[in-house]
Amino acid sequence: MFISLLNASPCFKDFTLVMPAVAVGNVGQLAVDLLVSTLNMSRVGYMHTDCLIPMAGNNPYATCKEDAEELHTPAEVYTAAELNLAVLQIRAPIVQTKSKKFRQLLMSWIKSSGFSRTIVLSSSHAYQRDDQQLQDTPLRYLATPSLLKGSAEALKELGWREMERVPAFPGLTDASAEPRLHIPGGGITKGLYTDSCAEDLRLAVLLLFCSEGDNVPDAFTLVNHLNDWLHLLDNPNIHGNKWKIPTSWSLLFGSGIPPALF
Amino acid sequence: MATFFGEVLSVYSRAVEEDDEELIEEENEEDQEIRRELEEKREVHLHWSTEVSESLKSGSKLPCSEFVLAVGHNAARFLSVYVLTSTKWDKVGHASVWNEMSQAATGQTGVESACVFYRQKDNPSVLICQVTCHIAEDQLFQWTEKVFDCLQHRELNVTVLSDSSVTEYKTADYLHCRSAPFLCSLHTAAFSGQSVCQSLEQPNIVTGLPAAVLNHCEVHQIAAVLYQCYSDVIGPDSVTMETYKPALTKLAKSIQLDPSPSKDVFRKFVRTNNIESNIYI
Repeated sequence: MFISLLNASPCFKDFTLVMPAVAVGNVGQLAVDLLVSTLNMSRVGYMHTDCLIPMAGNNPYATCKEDAEELHTPAEVYTAAELNLAVLQIRAPIVQTKSKKFRQLLMSWIKSSGFSRTIVLSSSHAYQRDDQQLQDTPLRYLATPSLLKGSAEALKELGWREMERVPAFPGLTDASAEPRLHIPGGGITKGLYTDSCAEDLRLAVLLLFCSEGDNVPDAFTLVNHLNDWLHLLDNPNIHGNKWKIPTSWSLLFGSGIPPALF
Repeated sequence: MATFFGEVLSVYSRAVEEDDEELIEEENEEDQEIRRELEEKREVHLHWSTEVSESLKSGSKLPCSEFVLAVGHNAARFLSVYVLTSTKWDKVGHASVWNEMSQAATGQTGVESACVFYRQKDNPSVLICQVTCHIAEDQLFQWTEKVFDCLQHRELNVTVLSDSSVTEYKTADYLHCRSAPFLCSLHTAAFSGQSVCQSLEQPNIVTGLPAAVLNHCEVHQIAAVLYQCYSDVIGPDSVTMETYKPALTKLAKSIQLDPSPSKDVFRKFVRTNNIESNIYI
């Protein structure tokens, strides 16, 4: 359930929604973190639901002492009105038995909010790629037919690769078996995409093949890829990296080293 | 995952399988029946005393100005030692929670004492809850909804005390500059008071029941503060319990702390660890 932080509920009409799928290496979530912290997006509400495992912490995007003490919850919505951009950040895994319910909740919220399009940032297991997927770039996209109607040209110009369908039974030549969409480790990505196709929603998935580990570089790759399409930042890689790493990314590999060790 | 020394460690994977759902759709009626029954069994039940449940039935929620929730053995026993012995408190109910961890609890008494609600006799708007059982991830939200559904939200102040291990605390300068046990706080936007300790800084987060309660209070604009105690002792100990003392000094008007609990009280609640658990017998 979306709960607005302001007295009046925010208007998302014609906004682009960017959201992560909780997936391998949390790449989508990290990329969304970069968007929120770099574009100084403001929080407009919470997604309060029993489908996510509860967690709480202070402001993950704190820039100074004054704004550090601010409670943040597992799923929150941010906007940058001047860019017509809204972002849903998800910070916790989905309760295993409730992923379908969560998908339905998201779908109905997206529909009722009037977003012009939704972009899901996701990832998939690199080790499960087949031969054709191993070639070239690890980035893929998926777009629903209704999004393609308006954006086919733009996507073509970008020269992106669409996510390949893989044979249902690899190695067997069965003409009747249709190749299927397979996103291992992608969480609700496939479900969201197929639901959106069925319900005529304008939705795109940008995903990256990766493995678990230090996924910070993957997040930059994905967010730059998104920027090629949306042009949120001009030339993010000229004059160094313009994406701002949030304070919550510190100590990703644990505390400092005990000095007594040396 | 293999380490430098060649041993293979199983690591927690954040990846989620997409095929789970397809399997659920394919399962037969019997599977669904089992799934349903399991879900029913996992439901959180609140058992209030007759007086309370009658008033709840008539539609009036429990009047509550201070709600103190203690999660974990040290937090719960701190209340047992310093608070529940000093003034007169009534046990007004308990919550029963069944999950994969509850088999270990012995019989009915174990279940009933794992999550108990107490109310002050002189001031019935002061409520205490002690939780020492494991509440599973899918039950946290439900527990919070059900409990807060019974409480009046007007002028409600929530204080959560929670145990945690110091190994979970992340800091750039190694822990030598902070001696465990210590308190860290986290509060909702509606909380206007002054916290008695330093705020929990990023990248530290809290999970479990304290997080569920804070989320609920933040979203429903209830004033709530969490005091998380990071301790380096496994099991209940008196030093860790004492750490919570400053957290309740703000509530001195409604909750009096016993300044020096007798040794017998301590002995009752702090059992020395079993010698069997020591490998150097």
